[in-house]
Amino acid sequence: MYLSAGRAADTAAGVRSTPPRPPRGTGVRRAVAGNVIALGTVSLVTDVSAEMVTAVLPLYLVVGLGMSPLAFGALDGLYQGATALSRLAGGHIADRAQRRKLVAGTGYALSACCKLALLAATTPWAVGAVLAADRTGKGLRTAPRDALISLSCPQEEQGRAFGVHRAMDTAGALLGPLVAFAVLWAARDGYDAVFVVSFCAAALGVLLLALFVRDTSTRTPDRPVKRKRRGRRSLRTLARTPGLPRLCLIAALLGVVTVSDSFLYLLLQRRLDLPTAYFPLLPVGTAAGFLLLAVPLGRLADRIGRRPVFLAGHGVLLMAYVLLLGPWGGGTAAAVCVLVLLGAFYAATDGVLMAAAGPLLPPHLKASGLALVQTSQALARFAGSLLFGAAWMYLGPGGALTAATAGLAVVLASVAAFHRGSHA
Amino acid sequence: MTPDISGPRARLLILGLATAVLAAVAVVATVRAADRAGERDRARPGEPVARAGVVTLRQQGRLLFRNLAWGPQRDHISSLPLTTMAGPRTAAPRNCLRFHAAAGTGICLRATGGVVPGHEAVLLDARLRPVRTFPVPGMPTRARVSPSGRLVAWTVFVSGDSYAGGAFSTRTAIYDTRTGTLRSDLESFTVVKDGQRHRAADHNFWGVTFAAGDNRFYATLATGGRTYLVEGDLARRTLRTLRENVECPSLSPDGTRVAFKKRVPGAFADAPWRLHILDLRTGRETALAERRSVDDQALWLNGHTLLYALPGDFGADLWSIPADGGGAPRMIVKSGTSPAVIA
Repeated sequence: MYLSAGRAADTAAGVRSTPPRPPRGTGVRRAVAGNVIALGTVSLVTDVSAEMVTAVLPLYLVVGLGMSPLAFGALDGLYQGATALSRLAGGHIADRAQRRKLVAGTGYALSACCKLALLAATTPWAVGAVLAADRTGKGLRTAPRDALISLSCPQEEQGRAFGVHRAMDTAGALLGPLVAFAVLWAARDGYDAVFVVSFCAAALGVLLLALFVRDTSTRTPDRPVKRKRRGRRSLRTLARTPGLPRLCLIAALLGVVTVSDSFLYLLLQRRLDLPTAYFPLLPVGTAAGFLLLAVPLGRLADRIGRRPVFLAGHGVLLMAYVLLLGPWGGGTAAAVCVLVLLGAFYAATDGVLMAAAGPLLPPHLKASGLALVQTSQALARFAGSLLFGAAWMYLGPGGALTAATAGLAVVLASVAAFHRGSHA
Repeated sequence: MTPDISGPRARLLILGLATAVLAAVAVVATVRAADRAGERDRARPGEPVARAGVVTLRQQGRLLFRNLAWGPQRDHISSLPLTTMAGPRTAAPRNCLRFHAAAGTGICLRATGGVVPGHEAVLLDARLRPVRTFPVPGMPTRARVSPSGRLVAWTVFVSGDSYAGGAFSTRTAIYDTRTGTLRSDLESFTVVKDGQRHRAADHNFWGVTFAAGDNRFYATLATGGRTYLVEGDLARRTLRTLRENVECPSLSPDGTRVAFKKRVPGAFADAPWRLHILDLRTGRETALAERRSVDDQALWLNGHTLLYALPGDFGADLWSIPADGGGAPRMIVKSGTSPAVIA
């Protein structure tokens, strides 16, 4: 079923009143909205472009520019914060102007230009500045893009729509490094060629967005509100949106006790005594699991509820921690299990969180609302990283993971109990 | 007739045309880069001459290094007599990104073939034939053999890959050729800092240099944004911090001094290092006369001269400087890196 833009807007606008439920065709597989496929394609192509650069950047800095990577690593912290801020800004601007496609497109275009700018950047500071701009572009586009996905399909299909989008996105992320290494294989030391090819992919993404993605008009009847007060006003509206503060809180609480990927891979390699040569393959395993499970788990979330799936995802993460703590030695099988569980965790939480948040939000505040949820989760995870690093220092790797496991179990149990009591 | 760009056919047409243009740009860029890469296999006038020949670790009085001059011998391990280092170089058909050798043992860090780049450490015998190969989890950066030829060490940057983000860490391994023991990660050693056991998630080690006796060694430890000189004990698996702001130590042949790079204030953030010498007995530091930033693990050419690589026209050149703080830097091998002295 092709969902027209008007129809999507109607559905999205009926957040507070009960939306007209489309007939639930049992056994009939309905197509995902064309807009979601278009946005998914844009993300796929853009992720090929982005991951091409990320994959060769260490090689480029060391072999191409003769830079010591640790010197570059020191710059990393500089632009880590850029994404969180620009994401909030992107959401806010998109909502204020009600131009989601334009803001998302600006973000995509900015990142595309950065690929060309890399050709000229030859010092660590210049590379750092280009990467910061690239991440600003990524931050800008995320919330308006998720708002477009959310607005493009009815409430009961949000999980599937985000699942399809995230799966396409991850497919691009898996393809990117392969394309990059194929270019380097054809042209030895041809980093400039990698950047040009990456730019071409990014430009194609911008073009696909411009041609095939439709923005939905959700302009509310204009109220004479002073521009200055609008920001504060929309924040107040968001704070009063039923269910949203609680969702932010849940995402943040669980985010604090989520161990960051790089720590997990390090623990995985050490505790299971994996050969270090497999180290770069660990994230690929997770991404593959995410790719395969994103759509089925998104559909499941639509059927049985997004919050149960979101919580179950963290339950799966808890299983991964417990597996890591277990007395396994030299376990390739255990490693595969942990990676599949991690992939399942992301599949059950990443798109599902957006699918849970989308229907709560009024259409004209969709982008800023989604940005708020994502940012609270991201900041909580960042804080969790710092805590975990400190725990590692005082308790050692095993102790830190035990603490994180206990924390996750406690938070998960209390959130689940609270959730059951509230009937939300 | 004005074209209607809002119709689905028009949009597909625009997409098709733009895709063709973008694909053409991508292909041209790749082909041009491939052509340029091919040029590197042709020798260039004015560059040092390298001829294929026999290189062994038993010929005394020679300097071995990775040849960087363009031509068919590029990246091959090459040899020059220590007396006349400007002459034609002899190149063995053995290519390495990083190389070191001593007393008949060689270590070569190189890229493995294939589309996805991988790296390996290859232990070499005196005729540069592979003895054993170890897969390594990242980009080679440092390699060292102990003076007796018994121990080898190497460091790689574990950049993870695209999915892991921009953080880098190092992995340093030590292999004992006599017992066949591989310590694949110094991070499993006990670190003692200021008399206390020190644990942190961000321990990174690199740049091993061995003392005589094949047990004691020195290396760099980075943690909490600072770097330290650590003294390692292989048998007891311990590392003790000695001094702050020391990177890439290199022990002198008599074992009394350590050459290292030190971060100095006022320098550019991406090139902050100056070469220094530390007297291990007195703790006195001497700045060397090289004023440029050196991002290399220096090598003792003899008891009073250091060798180190600086970026050059074809990757890097090897320079020398007196170890007493006097004199002036002198380029002694153009287009070369990763030196080893066969004394």
